[in-house]
Amino acid sequence: MNNDKLIIGGHEFHSRFILGSGKYSLNLIEAAVKDAGAEIITLAVRRANTKEQESILDFIPKGVTLLPNTSGARTAAEAVRIARLARELGCGNFVKIEIMRDSKYLLPDNQETIKATETLANEGFVVMPYMYPDLNAARDLVSAGAAAVMPLAAPIGSNKGLATRDFIQILIDEIDLPIIVDAGIGRPSQACEAMEMGAAAIMANTALATAGNLPMMASAFRQAIEAGRKAYLSGLGRVLTRGASASDPLTGFLRD
Amino acid sequence: MENQFFVDSEYLSPEALVKKHRLENDPSSRKNHMEYLPGMERIESDVCANVMGHMNAYDSSRYTARDVKAALEHEVCTIEDFKALLSPAAEPFLEQMAQRARLETSRHFGNTVYLFTPLYIANYCENYCVYCGFNCYNHIHRMKLNMEQIEHEMKVISDSGMEEILILTGESRGQSDVNYIGEACKLARKYFRMVGLEIYPVNTDEYRYLHECGADYVTVFQETYDTDKYEQLHLLGHKRVWPYRFDAQERALRGGMRGVAFSALLGLSDFRKDALASALHVYFLQRKYPHAEMSLSCPRLRPIINNDKINPLDVHEKQLCQILCAYRIFLPFVGITVSSRESAEFRNGIVKIAATKVSAGVSTGIGDHESKYSGKASDEAAGDEQFEIDDNRSLDKMYQDIAGEGLQPVLNDYLYV
Repeated sequence: MNNDKLIIGGHEFHSRFILGSGKYSLNLIEAAVKDAGAEIITLAVRRANTKEQESILDFIPKGVTLLPNTSGARTAAEAVRIARLARELGCGNFVKIEIMRDSKYLLPDNQETIKATETLANEGFVVMPYMYPDLNAARDLVSAGAAAVMPLAAPIGSNKGLATRDFIQILIDEIDLPIIVDAGIGRPSQACEAMEMGAAAIMANTALATAGNLPMMASAFRQAIEAGRKAYLSGLGRVLTRGASASDPLTGFLRD
Repeated sequence: MENQFFVDSEYLSPEALVKKHRLENDPSSRKNHMEYLPGMERIESDVCANVMGHMNAYDSSRYTARDVKAALEHEVCTIEDFKALLSPAAEPFLEQMAQRARLETSRHFGNTVYLFTPLYIANYCENYCVYCGFNCYNHIHRMKLNMEQIEHEMKVISDSGMEEILILTGESRGQSDVNYIGEACKLARKYFRMVGLEIYPVNTDEYRYLHECGADYVTVFQETYDTDKYEQLHLLGHKRVWPYRFDAQERALRGGMRGVAFSALLGLSDFRKDALASALHVYFLQRKYPHAEMSLSCPRLRPIINNDKINPLDVHEKQLCQILCAYRIFLPFVGITVSSRESAEFRNGIVKIAATKVSAGVSTGIGDHESKYSGKASDEAAGDEQFEIDDNRSLDKMYQDIAGEGLQPVLNDYLYV
């Protein structure tokens, strides 16, 4: 397990739990990062772009990689501008692309996301696009230079779990980049299930923000994600269907 | 009609009084409120017909406790469910509604509360809206800030830490034209991250111009969706034209604004119908413009200078809370703003349930921020206020109070792109 690393854009991480930061109090961030064991934390550039004394940047513990997101962007062009601003603000080279033309469900626009990925990858960003789990779009993201692919499990904030399970499994099976399940994961058991399926990491925000005890829930997610990862690496045992399997093999008659 | 609104100022000339009384007492002296005036853009849209169809058919007494319970059990709140939640039958379920509303709010907004402040730059008005302190027959001190004065106000507000501003004027194209407002927006972009507008409705090309000047959010209150009542309350001026006002948000979105805000002034007419229409106005426009950000406000009537009898009638705090919970359950993704018309206690409570945005450091007067913020008397004259506010907390105090409730005050969540 110690050699099991998550590699994104050439950067190595041991934790497979990416934390959101937008929905809970700033003074909980440090505890959340610690109890989650997280090494990557996202933040909205539009929120960081503040002269507020208590800037969210001041609350990010040292050594944690910032993953600025482009929330608020409605087009590829807007996402590109926000990503460049993030770099100017000193947020580093990582960027999570979020492009929504829908204020109700906040569903990502895959087409615009592919365009923005291409532009930003060419500019040297480590691009992590949030997307609707569509295989063709995911392949285009790979071609566009994405460093990971972040399909949604369910509508953001819904805590509904793996509503898109089968389609995420297809991405895991077919795409050679880390598949990071983002949005909709509401409980540790769902995070564990996604990891058992072979997801590379889990991103969560609302599930923690709406928990009664945020740091404890962060810790629960950490353990669930680690358990799921171990199960995936160890190879899950077979699941028996329709009772027991036949004791006489159907192929027993074959001679050579 | 029974009316607590009419006040005759001793400063009005005999001719003005004759005209005022005629407007108040003789409906035939008033223009047709459904007819556009020259220069008003007319757009093709089915939103109004959809909203008004539902509102006119709505009989809130028809709903029962069973309908309310079913609405609270449904995962997705339908229009019918929303109608039940707004009905008198839902009043005994206020606590359950609040619990559900809080859940929806936290899912969509976490525990964040956004802060902003309004800046009135002029209080001239060409309308006679009988409940409003700025109405053209009300004897108040009128004022319009010049650019230097506007910039001074903005500096004072910006120095307090505020990052979002809402620029307001009285409704006078003559005194505060679009160009004047545009210049104010350009100044505001220097000092603030987010610039909103609450001005008289304008045409699409004018919204586009104001957007280019830096404004990105437009608030227009319909006051009441009851067109007959509207006719009786807005007796004179361009604001009298109800349908032009109704389509303002749609024109603003077509002009490129990122978001739009809506409200009825609760207490003017049947508040349940007005709340239904306000939310459906959002609902149908959102279906048509899914990228747009939308928010609802919930102002109640307040006393004004020269008339302290104006009050929110049958919309008590419980009813207001019911409306806000119903809004949140029906439209979990929209912003809900609660202004300083409401008390500190009410605002502290409602941000934990449904509201996502509150004002702080508020003045509804003209050019008086420095004296209000620093307490020192100003050499310059100030313009009178639109209405009396209730919650006069400063930004610092509001920030501390929100944080003290375990919530996260946010001063900016916005980029102009």
